[in-house]
Amino acid sequence: MSVPTKMGFENAASMGLSKEEWERVCTHLGRLPNLCELGIFSAMWSEHCSYKSSKKWLKTLPTQGERVIQGPGENAGVVDIGDGLAVVFKIESHNHPSFIEPYQGAATGVGGILRDVFTMGARPIALLNALRFGEIDHEKTPHLVSGVTAGIGGYGNCIGIPTVGGEVEFDASYNGNILVNAMAVGLAHSDRIFYSAASGAGNPVIYVGAKTGRDGIHGATMASTEFSDETESKRPTVQVGDPFTGKLLMEACLELMAADAVVAIQDMGAAGLTSSSVEMAAKGGLGMEIDLDLVPVRETKMSAYEIMLSESQERMLMVIDPSQAEIARQIFNKWDLDFMPIGQVTETDRLILLKEGEVACDIPLAPLVDDAPEYDRPHSTPEIPEEVPAHTLIQDISISAALKNLIGSEDLCSRRWIYEQYDSHVMADTIIGPGGDCALTRVYGTNKALALTTDCTPRYVEADPYNGGKQAVVEAYRNIIAAGATPLAVTNNLNFGNPEKPEIMAQLVHSVTGMKDACAFLSTPVVSGNVSLYNETDGNAIKPCPVIGMVGLIDDWQNAGTIALPPDAALFIIGQDATTNTGWLSNSIYAKSLAQHVGGAPPPIDLEAELRTGSFILSCYENKLVQAAHDISDGGMLVALAEMMLAGNQGASITLPDTLDTHSWCFAENQSSYIIATNNPDQLIRNAEHAHIPLLHLGKSISNQELKISNGDLISLEEIRNSYETGLRSRLEK
Amino acid sequence: MRVAIIVFPGSNCDRDMMVAVETLTGRRPALIWHKQTNLDPVDLAIIPGGFSFGDYLRCGALAAHAPIMNALHDHAARGGAILGVCNGFQILSEAGMLPGYLARNKELKFVCKQTTLSVSSDTSCELIKSLDNSEKLHIPVAHNEGNFFADPETLDAIESNGQVVLRYGNEDKQNSGNPNGSLNDIAGICSSNGKILGMMPHPERAMGAGHESADGKKLLQSIFEAIVT
Repeated sequence: MSVPTKMGFENAASMGLSKEEWERVCTHLGRLPNLCELGIFSAMWSEHCSYKSSKKWLKTLPTQGERVIQGPGENAGVVDIGDGLAVVFKIESHNHPSFIEPYQGAATGVGGILRDVFTMGARPIALLNALRFGEIDHEKTPHLVSGVTAGIGGYGNCIGIPTVGGEVEFDASYNGNILVNAMAVGLAHSDRIFYSAASGAGNPVIYVGAKTGRDGIHGATMASTEFSDETESKRPTVQVGDPFTGKLLMEACLELMAADAVVAIQDMGAAGLTSSSVEMAAKGGLGMEIDLDLVPVRETKMSAYEIMLSESQERMLMVIDPSQAEIARQIFNKWDLDFMPIGQVTETDRLILLKEGEVACDIPLAPLVDDAPEYDRPHSTPEIPEEVPAHTLIQDISISAALKNLIGSEDLCSRRWIYEQYDSHVMADTIIGPGGDCALTRVYGTNKALALTTDCTPRYVEADPYNGGKQAVVEAYRNIIAAGATPLAVTNNLNFGNPEKPEIMAQLVHSVTGMKDACAFLSTPVVSGNVSLYNETDGNAIKPCPVIGMVGLIDDWQNAGTIALPPDAALFIIGQDATTNTGWLSNSIYAKSLAQHVGGAPPPIDLEAELRTGSFILSCYENKLVQAAHDISDGGMLVALAEMMLAGNQGASITLPDTLDTHSWCFAENQSSYIIATNNPDQLIRNAEHAHIPLLHLGKSISNQELKISNGDLISLEEIRNSYETGLRSRLEK
Repeated sequence: MRVAIIVFPGSNCDRDMMVAVETLTGRRPALIWHKQTNLDPVDLAIIPGGFSFGDYLRCGALAAHAPIMNALHDHAARGGAILGVCNGFQILSEAGMLPGYLARNKELKFVCKQTTLSVSSDTSCELIKSLDNSEKLHIPVAHNEGNFFADPETLDAIESNGQVVLRYGNEDKQNSGNPNGSLNDIAGICSSNGKILGMMPHPERAMGAGHESADGKKLLQSIFEAIVT
């Protein structure tokens, strides 16, 4: 691009801008933009970077709290965990690229979220994910599962951050649009957090990391459109990850931060050099001038447009203290990485880019960020279905047959085939890895541990967005509580279809409202997050999937719980008793898998009961009354108990009251309840009475390797294990 | 007790190993950057796990030619003790300091899991003399290329010299817990002088205190005892 060509609306439309947005660009510039300028506007104003459809609703979320050091708006959220330490975390989607090229799409998703965390000055200590694939028998599913799993492992294993937990679901609505959400968690000193706002006019702007190539050009715009049959042709816009360079970049940045040379730092994620330079300058209320001829490139004849819109991975932009420049250069030399001053901070409030001695771009910064479009998109009122009565769902089969079927189904079976491909122990601080309620990671050099989980139940959200949004929060909360940890804060990843459709917008609005109410009530503020819209293929939207990633804290990891059932323990349901349990089978896994009934009202949520029961469980931990605990969620009580038996390799004998059908007792998905194993049942009962917590004495662990139910049903642990362990492998490797 | 841990770009178990060594010896080991060309006299050099040079070209192939390696060869020539874990094992075999080769896992997937190990009853390894070989060890693996391979003559020689140190599963029962397809279920071997040990399982991840097992601690402890005596 030697002579900048003037653009027209048709060019803007092809980059995803509306007529009104195009006019706004021209007004701000006072002239027609050239290709590079238009590319910058369209990337910054894409849904992915500007949150233009969701911002109005994201602003309603609670983001404050005693422990919150940094809420949304930076690369990641920061929460105080005491003793001068902070946990830094965020979740982010890489849905579209992962469908097109599963290995690289997933790998760069992990790489990107790790950079978000170490950019803040934190050493990453754990990775989680939340994955949704199409039906397990769909022709593309095994390929996508294998590719995504290998990609997540490929990046995380190599860079040396353990993948400690996550969730995996299969549903036809994801046949043409999978969801790959990755969460990273890091540790920092609470007084050594690094931010992205540039300061000090005249300070050098430094480019570090890998060279810029033509990969991922305009990826943020691709992530903001629907899929069609032509999606395959977008393969060239998927970035390619290099975890080795990612590792070097991480070590070099952390070393540089320790040397006190960094003024501001921002990773080049979505929209690459564009978003990093614009955000750093705009947040600092300053301008930036960059000579694009100085940007390290790995291909020849790259235009200004290509350099600015490339999403090549493992790159960072930073402003450094000029007096520390030599130290900084030496650190990057040690790690064999590019370290290139490419410009400076200015007082002009403009982004000025030079190419071959000429001005290739001259944009006022304020409108790019402050005047980014924000929409109040119309949304319909969701029609909430009625509860499907349990008696219409209950099947005429034995409890053993139902359990075997459910625990071997793709919804509930072991995820071992997937998680054994992730290094879950590297860094040697993993106390509980994949397979439990939540993961537990020790805070290096202390007795503390972080409890980590990701959760969402899309079928609930689809039926009732408000309650579904709430449920994602309370399930995460229960997973943290069950391990004996105190929930601190959350990050969220909102995955929806096309927000220009009022029924999709309604899902977003109501589920965010549900999240807001639950997070406010449970004192778990939202400190970071990501929105992924336009998850549609040929007009068919995904099931709405607002994922919650929650972080909890336990002061001494030795007091943490386990789901493994110990011998000689009494078993209790906490949160339900014979009179309060309503046997909610509507929209359950039981209804879906055994009665082939999809939809119906999901179980109601009582936030007050949730908080009361959660606090009671924590008090039981304090009083050493818990030998094992597990929350009751998908699949119901018996599935939870079976998982405890499998983890502890113990049999159990249980007695169920006749207030409900046995199937309802075993498989209902009523919320706010847990199973606890204790060796002090009398004290537990007294404490529950005192705290007015409903409980049911369920039974006990037994030495015979079997599950014995009072109605006469009997199933061996071996049979349960066989169904549980072969469910995934047998269908993915067929 | 002087211990050095060799760190390559892409090593990622260096800190874990440092913590394990410090826990057992009470002294922080020296971390030696691969660009160094000399190695001060040490009782034990450790090459930790990870993805040195991104595993590009071949696992361990580039690290085997790093500047520090000449000094490591000299240390070995003096009869010095070396432990290589996972990528460290791969580097030692690429450097020709251990026989055989570590190929891609049989199932072509990364594998991270707990394994049960038998200590060979006839091992000539000098470093684990005090380890009770009647007891099984539980130590996890995490690798993509841990499938031990050697040509038949080499394999015979390794077996008859007692160079096989660790096997997956029960020693007398083939394929009873082999996670990667290794020939003869081999999980760890030593050099002909018994002073260089390469193993795929990660002892630094089995140190008790929150880890599923404490058998890695037992194994490392036996190495330190062997060096002192």
